[in-house]
Amino acid sequence: MQLELRGITKRFGALTANDHIDLVVAPGEIHCLLGENGAGKSTLMNVLYGLYQADEGEILLDDDVQHFEGPGDAMRAGIGMVHQHFMLIPVFTVAENVMLGHEETTFGGRLNLDAARARVREISDRFGFSVDPDALVGDLPVGVQQRVEIIKALSRDAQVLVFDEPTAVLTPQETDELMTIMRQLRDEGTSIVFITHKLREVREVADRITVIRLGKVVGEAQPTASNSELAALMVGRAVELVVQKGPASPGQPALVVEHLDVIDANGLKVVNDVSFTVREGEILAIAGVQGNGQTELTEAIMGLQPRVNGRVSLGSETLTGLSVRRVLDAGVGFVPEDRTHDGLVGEFTIAENLMLDRSHGEPFVARGSLRRDHLDEFAEEKKKEFDIRAPSIQTAAGRLSGGNQQKVVLAREMSRDLRLLIAAQPTRGIDVGSIEFVHKRMIETRDAGIPVIVVSTELDEVVALADRIAVMYRGSIVGIVPGDTPRDVLGLMMAGERPAEVAA
Amino acid sequence: MSAAGTTTASSPTPEPSAPQPRANAILKEIIGGNVLITILAVFLALLIGGILIAFTNEDVQEAAGYFFSRPQDTFLAIWNAVSGAYVALFQGSVYNFRRDDFATAIRPLTDTLTYAAPLIVAGLGVGLAFRVGMFNIGGRGQMLIAAAAAGWVGFSFHLPWGIHLIVAIVAGIAGGALWGGIVGLLKARTGAHEVILTIMLNYVAFYLVSYMLRTPGLLQAPDQVNPKSPPMLETAIFPALFGPAYKLHAGFILVILATIFVWWLLNRSSLGFRFRAVGENPNAARVAGMDVKNIYVYAMLVSGGLLGLAGVMQVLGTVPTGFSSGIDAGIGFDAITVALLGRSRPWGIFAAGILFGAFKAGGYSMQASEGVPVDVVTIVQSLIVLFIAAPPLVRAIFFLPDGTRRKRRTTPIVTKEVEAK
Amino acid sequence: MSTITTPDTTPVSGTLESTEIRSWKAPIALGIFVVVAAVLFVVAGRDGATTFRLSSDTDLVQLADWVLPARGTGLTVTVLLALLAAVVVGLTVAGSRLGSRARRAILAVSIVAFTFLFLLAFLTWAAAGAAIPVTGLLLGTVSLSAPLIFGALGGVISERVGVVNVAIEGQLLAGAFCAALVASITGNPFAGLIAAMVAGVLVSFVLAAFSIKYLVDQVIVGVVLNVLVLGLTSFLYSTVLSQDTAGLNTAPRFPRFPIPVLSDIPVVGPVLFRQTLIVYLMYIAVIAVYVGLFHTKWGLRLRAVGEHPQAADTVGIRVNATRFWNVSLAGAVAGLGGAYFTLDSVSSFGKDMTAGAGFIALAAVIFGRWNPIRATFAALLFGFATNLQNVLGAIGSPVPSEFMLMLPYLVTILAVAGLVGYARGPAASGKPYIKS
Repeated sequence: MQLELRGITKRFGALTANDHIDLVVAPGEIHCLLGENGAGKSTLMNVLYGLYQADEGEILLDDDVQHFEGPGDAMRAGIGMVHQHFMLIPVFTVAENVMLGHEETTFGGRLNLDAARARVREISDRFGFSVDPDALVGDLPVGVQQRVEIIKALSRDAQVLVFDEPTAVLTPQETDELMTIMRQLRDEGTSIVFITHKLREVREVADRITVIRLGKVVGEAQPTASNSELAALMVGRAVELVVQKGPASPGQPALVVEHLDVIDANGLKVVNDVSFTVREGEILAIAGVQGNGQTELTEAIMGLQPRVNGRVSLGSETLTGLSVRRVLDAGVGFVPEDRTHDGLVGEFTIAENLMLDRSHGEPFVARGSLRRDHLDEFAEEKKKEFDIRAPSIQTAAGRLSGGNQQKVVLAREMSRDLRLLIAAQPTRGIDVGSIEFVHKRMIETRDAGIPVIVVSTELDEVVALADRIAVMYRGSIVGIVPGDTPRDVLGLMMAGERPAEVAA
Repeated sequence: MSAAGTTTASSPTPEPSAPQPRANAILKEIIGGNVLITILAVFLALLIGGILIAFTNEDVQEAAGYFFSRPQDTFLAIWNAVSGAYVALFQGSVYNFRRDDFATAIRPLTDTLTYAAPLIVAGLGVGLAFRVGMFNIGGRGQMLIAAAAAGWVGFSFHLPWGIHLIVAIVAGIAGGALWGGIVGLLKARTGAHEVILTIMLNYVAFYLVSYMLRTPGLLQAPDQVNPKSPPMLETAIFPALFGPAYKLHAGFILVILATIFVWWLLNRSSLGFRFRAVGENPNAARVAGMDVKNIYVYAMLVSGGLLGLAGVMQVLGTVPTGFSSGIDAGIGFDAITVALLGRSRPWGIFAAGILFGAFKAGGYSMQASEGVPVDVVTIVQSLIVLFIAAPPLVRAIFFLPDGTRRKRRTTPIVTKEVEAK
Repeated sequence: MSTITTPDTTPVSGTLESTEIRSWKAPIALGIFVVVAAVLFVVAGRDGATTFRLSSDTDLVQLADWVLPARGTGLTVTVLLALLAAVVVGLTVAGSRLGSRARRAILAVSIVAFTFLFLLAFLTWAAAGAAIPVTGLLLGTVSLSAPLIFGALGGVISERVGVVNVAIEGQLLAGAFCAALVASITGNPFAGLIAAMVAGVLVSFVLAAFSIKYLVDQVIVGVVLNVLVLGLTSFLYSTVLSQDTAGLNTAPRFPRFPIPVLSDIPVVGPVLFRQTLIVYLMYIAVIAVYVGLFHTKWGLRLRAVGEHPQAADTVGIRVNATRFWNVSLAGAVAGLGGAYFTLDSVSSFGKDMTAGAGFIALAAVIFGRWNPIRATFAALLFGFATNLQNVLGAIGSPVPSEFMLMLPYLVTILAVAGLVGYARGPAASGKPYIKS
């Protein structure tokens, strides 16, 4: 089935997320939609899937104009979608998830689960998925959940299949397997739209490439195009992710983590026997695919995880067993991975957010009262120093852009006397200008002799910042390698393999 | 592009809105915002109340029987019924212009303040819990325990004037804080939801106090058969503020102090800072080193204490002649509406409490003089809260433009749980 | 600088290790009850024997009375309770060495046995020297539980679809009022029944409109609705119903309708099968809601909307419409519970006559972990406690009636804090669904 988008425009208030986008996807073709975060790719696909209504433009399937009131219409027309955040119900079984929305029933309206199971098995066998129809989705690993999403789309006879950033949660290996599946689907005649911002994947699997930036189509490219050509199209200027940084001059070991285990609420060891050392004046990057225990590891150091075995010490002080308050007081700065969720109080002003982790005493509190004048003075100073762009220090943090929010968090954490800085995904979802700023501050912190841990899923960032790289997989550290380790080696390690030269 | 105050034209990314000229902002706030909506909500609720009064009025029903021959009779009857009721409401709550001298005519206003006193402190308690992201429906239980504690001190202790009152107040606040603290503790330690806990503890308190009130030697008056306590001793009663002619008592000064205290606590203290941080985003609060669980306990202690103070107002101020298990007079639930109407801001609650106090004072005189059941006040109050909670509805009814497009959520009224770790 | 460390030599495993997390809540809760039992039944044990009367004179099949010595029973049961608590402690210690299914089964059986034994010992202790009419006790339990069960079913449906229903009390009260009014005017209890359902639906409409369309916090709407319904019914009661009590507030009641054969089964028959139509409707409702929720398309979609509305949306289920109609349905079911007050137990409406039954129903929903069958049993337990107070009050018991009345609430607190503290409700319950 041929899919055509003509002049799709979608506005949110003053923001035009999609500006007259044209796109044609031929049957049996993998069409890549390439663009930075926030370029408008997901909005476009939500319009296609009927989740949003376009303000202008039309959608055509085999030259027939479609009117999608909701996802139900899009599905009936033959469009299937594999969402970035899986649209699966964790407490339902695979079969229940697959049948939801187009249930077959038997006498008396009872669900025909047998038919659903058979359908799951049939599709699962066709692609060699080996998915148990009766497993609870919440118990399945992420890779398998994604396959359930694919089965769900295929069980509705989707002829156009949209993959929205499908590799974000996958290991390189799982990614390769997904590529194989996509090719297999294409060969069976399915039209595939593959949304991503990862150049490697695009070049590997795409038949055609459309690049969008700031809501507009900026060009088409062939898969033979080079990385830099694609990147230039995508970002609009030559990308330079290499941070200016001198060689590290590591000092004494500062943070020592020994045999650390973290057990989650379900009793799973999400961090398993992790040991490493970070020295003064070096950046240790923790690399790995999302969800391999990095989050829990940093939280365990911060005292945010309740079930921890092993020992963490900073200098002569033991951090394990301390409350978050005491860990912060010991001089640990923490930039959490999800700033709106964990880093900021959105309804608080910038100034209030700047004192969030110092509400118990000097310099902002005296005898139980807030010292607003001190705080405002401090906030004005930091606003200037960290180039926080906002009308005033009384602006609610929730109304800032991602980059400016991150600067507020950084300003707060870096204005204490630090003995260790932990930054988790410090540049996720922020603009290029802010990325440079954040990276620069990381290097400066290192050069001031403070040990820094950077957790990142972006290999580019890891390579740009790290003096040493620890790669995590399934809760364990696969290995700790120098900062100049080739990317393909890191890629293998992220899949849990320990290359020969590392093991040696 | 700095914050120079110049409004930039169309920029592709959503920038924080540039500051508008001050007057413009105030105008917008009034038209699209809270003040107008609040006024319209009160108006709408009174209108519906009026319809109810008209429909159930006997004269109206009678006149409606011959509506088609003389429709003006029906309208006249409706006017008489509704205006009569609302005039009685006004005369019973603000100023009775049928009296000659000012001193007597103004008495209803002092009645209003007397009724408002427990409503305000109770509203402060509920509002404070809201700000910490908790829903304290346990006002009834906290007030009952507080009333029992303060009442017990009030009728059985023999202490000098002044000290007796203070001891009784402290006992009451402690009782309320204890009952609220149990909720905070159970929520913090076991993760149980405070809505369920407070509802259940209301009944536990009710039966506990009922039992004590019918057991001689505990709270029951010695010569009584009814489950009722002895009257408070003179030394434990709030002194009248303007002499014996007015019901208004010194408790109202305590109410003003409590409002100032809560304002300071929430806006100027470090504990209040943590309260608000936990209320708005418990996860960020936890990551910033705040002990969220302890904050829940502290907040429920303070909230319970304030509701306790409301119970104290009842036994030592409003009805010092001995109390029964109905001493809470529904204030624990009214407090929720007061807190919502006041948008959980201390002075907003103060104003809302006075409005509802006026409804209460006026409601009784309306019932007495016009025969309109006082329940109509309950209806009007709950309608006000419903309308205020849904500004789009009010705007739609009055064909107002959608004043504020930006999402505005000033007070957290949804409990945000910290994720179980 | 180029230190290359390898934490160990074994290859990184593909799956995560699992460790047992032990929860001591259940053992602690049971422990408290054992202490209570020891104090009440042994330390404060009473002499005399308790007679459990299993049949009344009119029964077809006569069962002999059952006599238990109070002190001996108390002692025996306390020992048994301690043993059961020990089993649960052992279960907790053993942890994952037992299969999770086996563990859950043993735990469930232990807790049920524990509850039963405790109740038996309590009855024997409280009624020492007197006789307990078992049939009457249970019959009253069903009567008092019926509105709770309807209310709880309404709560389960509403919360499963993602709307917290604190307004059960209001739905019951509105149902009771309209049932009384309409049945009195028409002289037909069936008309009253339908009116009660309509009243419940109307309350639900408001709840749904405010929480779904205007995104008002659902608990707030619920609380305010309860106040509004209380105000409205009280106002109309004073102004309308009391004008003409004979014509407007004297509802014909449903007659008792014994089911042939079944109603002659000893104990069970009189309790379950000599009831009114509303109670039979209740049996059907419990089964229908259970089967519907877990075995039909309706239930699958309803639960999907309550768990993950966005996922439901992406497969073409209209989330807000589903919520709206199911909350309305929940109102109709709860409204039936309201009809029970005025068409079954008494024949006239009184101010605030539900007296908090809606809140007990809400407690039953949570105690029953959002499962219609378990919620029904929870409601029965609460009804039992209330009726026990009536029965013990009649034969003169050592426990003040207030404490008996307090029991359901205390049990619920203990339950939410201890036994079901780990239970999670529908994931999206209470959260409005906002598209784009």
